Amino acid sequence: MSKILAFVESRDNKIKNSGYETASTALKLANDLGGEVEVLLIGSNLSSAASELGSYGIEKVLLAEDAKLEKYSTTAYSKIVAETAKLRGADTIILSASAMGKDISPRVSAKLEAGLVADCTEIKAEGGNITATRPVYAGKAFIDVKVTSPVKMFTLRPNVFKAVKMDGVTAETEKVDIPLNDSDYGVQVKEVVVSNEKLDVTEADIVVSGGRGLKGPENFYLVEDLAKVLGGAAGASRAIVDAGWRPHSDQVGQTGKTVSPSLYIAVGISGAIQHLAGMSSSKCIVAINKDKDAPIFQIADYGIVADALEIMPALTEEFKKVLSN
Amino acid sequence: MKIAVCVSQVPDTTTKVKVGADGKTIDPAGVTYIINPYDEFAVEAALQLKEKNGGETVVVSVGKVSNKEAIKKAYAMGIEKGILVKSDAEMDSYTVARNLADVLKEINADIVLFGKQSIDYDDMQVGNLTAEMLGIPSISVVVSLTVESNKVTCEREIEGGKEIVESTLPVAISAQRGLNNPRYPNLKGIMAAKSKPIEERQPTYTENKTEILGMSLPKSKPKGKIVGTDVSAVPELVKLLREEAKVI
Ligand SMILES: Cc1cc2nc3c(=O)[nH]c(=O)nc-3n(C[C@H](O)[C@H](O)[C@H](O)COP(=O)(O)OP(=O)(O)OC[C@H]3O[C@@H](n4cnc5c(N)ncnc54)[C@H](O)[C@@H]3O)c2cc1C
Ligand SMILES: Nc1ncnc2c1ncn2[C@@H]1O[C@H](COP(=O)(O)O)[C@@H](O)[C@H]1O
Repeated sequence: MSKILAFVESRDNKIKNSGYETASTALKLANDLGGEVEVLLIGSNLSSAASELGSYGIEKVLLAEDAKLEKYSTTAYSKIVAETAKLRGADTIILSASAMGKDISPRVSAKLEAGLVADCTEIKAEGGNITATRPVYAGKAFIDVKVTSPVKMFTLRPNVFKAVKMDGVTAETEKVDIPLNDSDYGVQVKEVVVSNEKLDVTEADIVVSGGRGLKGPENFYLVEDLAKVLGGAAGASRAIVDAGWRPHSDQVGQTGKTVSPSLYIAVGISGAIQHLAGMSSSKCIVAINKDKDAPIFQIADYGIVADALEIMPALTEEFKKVLSN
Repeated sequence: MKIAVCVSQVPDTTTKVKVGADGKTIDPAGVTYIINPYDEFAVEAALQLKEKNGGETVVVSVGKVSNKEAIKKAYAMGIEKGILVKSDAEMDSYTVARNLADVLKEINADIVLFGKQSIDYDDMQVGNLTAEMLGIPSISVVVSLTVESNKVTCEREIEGGKEIVESTLPVAISAQRGLNNPRYPNLKGIMAAKSKPIEERQPTYTENKTEILGMSLPKSKPKGKIVGTDVSAVPELVKLLREEAKVI
């Protein structure tokens, strides 16, 4: 029987969306493999977060709580994940490919000599084995991978897997106590600086990105206004990041962020191969570009061939109107 | 101060990926290879640390003979010594890290630098894997780095913000774009790099922990719909997004 440990990330004592996605996917895998799931939460004051997991069908939650764990520490967290996996006899460990999951997972992989498949976009259990699919070359290709070591690890790309609510399950909690000494806190977060409460492009369900076709930084508000009306995030092409209109943290593409929102609207972006690499897995793509031959139209589901400076205000107004009904 | 940098060699970002004859890796025909772009930030960081604190720099790469080009690029920028763990085998991240760790154990660097990720397999694993194998702390996705006596302070990017992170030395750092502006090698550097020797070693570990079963290209999309060519197309577009695509 397979035993899956899912590390679920929380921030400010609340479980992150990607955490629910991880829990639900682990549960589905356990059902398909004929095994069980235990969810691990690390931090402090997590009991209400733990009970939330019941509504996602999770029956068992392990809590590693300590005031010192309130702030993230790469070394401490990865030790807790690895030691908990050993303690509970887990043969499969699932994490989100979030910033934290990507930071922890390789260290756990080394500790447990476990093969790790990172950033999976599909994962399935067949005949007792797990195979995962992950994008390579920034999404220009996909590989199917299996893990050959006894302990198997997978991280899941955020926003791709569904968090599924279920009725009638209460999560039972149990404390895990992994002894840590000072050297286990070798790396320690001192402070988290949130960039003015802005929604990150990788976490948004709708992304509106602007490119050089906007003509100047003074027009970027057109992108921001639309993103705001849609409850989404504003992204950027590298051309305008390099030009200093936008910070690098907003850049979408091969050397920026990879996003896969439900809706991606590219405004005045040509669709260079490096840009497409970061957004081509979006579920629905809209392009607004005045050049009908721009490569972005080759992957767009819908397009308007026109001047973005004229289209954007009208588009924002139209959405405002429709969404207020 | 002893500073080590790990670099890989990857297909250029403009590469059009085709699946190779084995069905598992890309067809290398016509592909141009470059030093992994994130590794240039790591090399630059190493050089700046040396310029500030004195010491020695060494670059390490695991892979084919062609990885020497990445080492030469690091030489041309100013790195002093290079080691290639030469192997034609397809190694996964774990195996690469084991080989790097075995070389780095000997070097015993105060700071080991990596790129954030290799842009071929986009794994984002090797930096932290290697650090754990060396038993040293690691900080990934780093956009700023200050070293003071026995302590480093970094900013690392997370969703929607940054973490300010501290660590003791020795430490492994993985560089994100924004950390610095990599210098362009000058002609003298490029010429000197050509003849500078590269130490070659045999791999110490070859057993992968993952196996690629196959590679495929993304499903090609049916051609999209051009809704219109002026403002009058806007209501129609919004309607399609709501009723056909159902994304709003
Ligand atoms: C190593 C490397 C890594 C890279 N990584 C990335 C990356 O991560 N992300 C990324 O985005 N790029 C990346 N690039 C850069 C990429 O090659 C392109 O240069 C960049 O994406 C172009 O940005 P753009 O579409 O905004 O500008 P352009 O290519 O200049 O396109 C502007 C578009 O706007 C249209 N336009 C002009 N005026 C209007 C108007 N009034 N209304 C509507 N449309 C208009 C034009 O028709 C054109 O299609 C990378 C390049 C390299 C070499
Ligand atoms: N074959 C290799 N040889 C040396 N360093 C490597 C190799 N592969 C990856 N690295 C380093 O590890 C970083 C992360 O790579 P990856 O985990 O493959 O995404 C890269 O930016 C390099 O600094």
